[in-house]
Amino acid sequence: MSAVDKPSWTARVREAGVRAMPPERLLPDTQPAYMSSWIYIFGVLTIAALVIIIFSGSVLGLKGPAWWHYTGIGHFFNSIHLWAVELFFFFMVIHLWGKFFMAAWRGGRGRTWMSGAITFLTSIAAAFTGYVSQQNFDSQWIATQAKDGLNSTGIGAFFNVLNFGQMYTYHVLLLPVVVIALVSAHILLVRRTGIVPPLPLGELAIHAPAADPPGAGATESAA
Amino acid sequence: MKRRRLSNAELNEAARHYDGPYKPYDLIKELCVAIAVVASLALLFTIFFSSPDDRPSTIAQWSRQMPVDFVTTAVSELDGTSATAGYGPPYNHNGDGQQIAFIHLQKWLGVSHPINTAQDFVLTPLASIPFDPALRKATAAYQAASAKTQAAWTTDYTNALAKATVGPGGAVVVSGSFGPVPTMMNGLLGLAQSGGLDGDLLTSNQFYQTDYTKPLLFMADGGLLAARAQSQHLLGEQWGMMNETGSYPGQVWLWLYTFWYQIAPFNTSVNADALVMAIMGVMSLGLILIPFIPGVRDIPRWVPIYRYIWRDYYRDQGLR
Repeated sequence: MSAVDKPSWTARVREAGVRAMPPERLLPDTQPAYMSSWIYIFGVLTIAALVIIIFSGSVLGLKGPAWWHYTGIGHFFNSIHLWAVELFFFFMVIHLWGKFFMAAWRGGRGRTWMSGAITFLTSIAAAFTGYVSQQNFDSQWIATQAKDGLNSTGIGAFFNVLNFGQMYTYHVLLLPVVVIALVSAHILLVRRTGIVPPLPLGELAIHAPAADPPGAGATESAA
Repeated sequence: MKRRRLSNAELNEAARHYDGPYKPYDLIKELCVAIAVVASLALLFTIFFSSPDDRPSTIAQWSRQMPVDFVTTAVSELDGTSATAGYGPPYNHNGDGQQIAFIHLQKWLGVSHPINTAQDFVLTPLASIPFDPALRKATAAYQAASAKTQAAWTTDYTNALAKATVGPGGAVVVSGSFGPVPTMMNGLLGLAQSGGLDGDLLTSNQFYQTDYTKPLLFMADGGLLAARAQSQHLLGEQWGMMNETGSYPGQVWLWLYTFWYQIAPFNTSVNADALVMAIMGVMSLGLILIPFIPGVRDIPRWVPIYRYIWRDYYRDQGLR
């Protein structure tokens, strides 16, 4: 607590943050022993792909939307960007299926699942705005086809896929900010509640556990 | 050992706490290795497969390669029979758009990008052509005629275009008497072939332009984009926009969305887009809310994939 009698707003925020997420919980150097399957790597692979997407997208953004069409180095970074996106979705879908079959929402982890699912859906929108911002035939065709679906819901009234300027803004700023915020929230929720313990084996479970302390998370035992 | 089936509430509560052993784990090292691995994979794919970049179509290209199709489309924009002319919101009030039962979201959200195809795609561009008294006279004659006379001219001309030939310089040659329409259309064709119409349809009150709504809608009413798309397996019945030019994976994550368009009743319904979007909206909400949907949230207990995922743990615990 701050030295002054009445804690400042800054001190209150800091202390609340440390209470909610102590450093050893935010960045633990141990994990439960049951975390020993290849399926666990797909979450971090998804994050790694996002890092590559942001890096390659930033290079493309620094040089402007037309650069990659007429320079070899621009086309190279566009290719890195494209394949990182493909890998991002590949890893994320496996991560999602893995977490589904682990029933990873158990034990107060519903928000973690929901933030992940919303991230998946938002990422689809982010990728879509990228496809219609390419300024090539793919963009023309995808935009003229997709407009009907969006217009049928009324969304087309304020989200015009035929407006390159609007789609480019969504792709390079608005949706990446949302995706990064959602991924950050998802990671913090995972760190806060810990990774989900194994399901009791089979339909018949071992005897029910003793009552747990309120709010106890799996990672708390490591402290 | 007492064994019994746990309820969902008990399963939930059991997963709140873990008293078992822990092992050393370096999250930051794992992330760094993962970034290196994914960067290497992206680099390998880039080296071997690059990325597609088919040049965009232009109205100039369309009017030169397919002048009859261009003129036929332009006439449909002039007489209000094109897809865009009768689209409804958000482009105009000439239709109600799609609906599901009593829900008319497309109509309720209104016209936000107003387009009058006759004025925006034909008459205004024609007015921008200087030093052509014959064209100016033809346009004035068309605008002075009654709606019935205009419709007779454009209908007869459209029917005749089915037998049109391409003359010198790419002009469309049609025999018959169609009032001033042929003069207007050849004027517009010349403007398009010179590249002037591409610029005219982008023009607004601003110097800088980023909105391609008008030229894209005009081109989409014609046959060039669809012809290119068919050759690249991009049509709706070819799983449409989830594909990409060339042999690239495209947006494969849209497979379920595209799937609905391949089957009845969606592949024939006039409200297909609204219906598919509604289905995908409900399914997306279902995905988010899986933890709270009885039955769906129980599937992991019935499908023993978790036995494989945690096999080391179960073995170490002496469980089978």
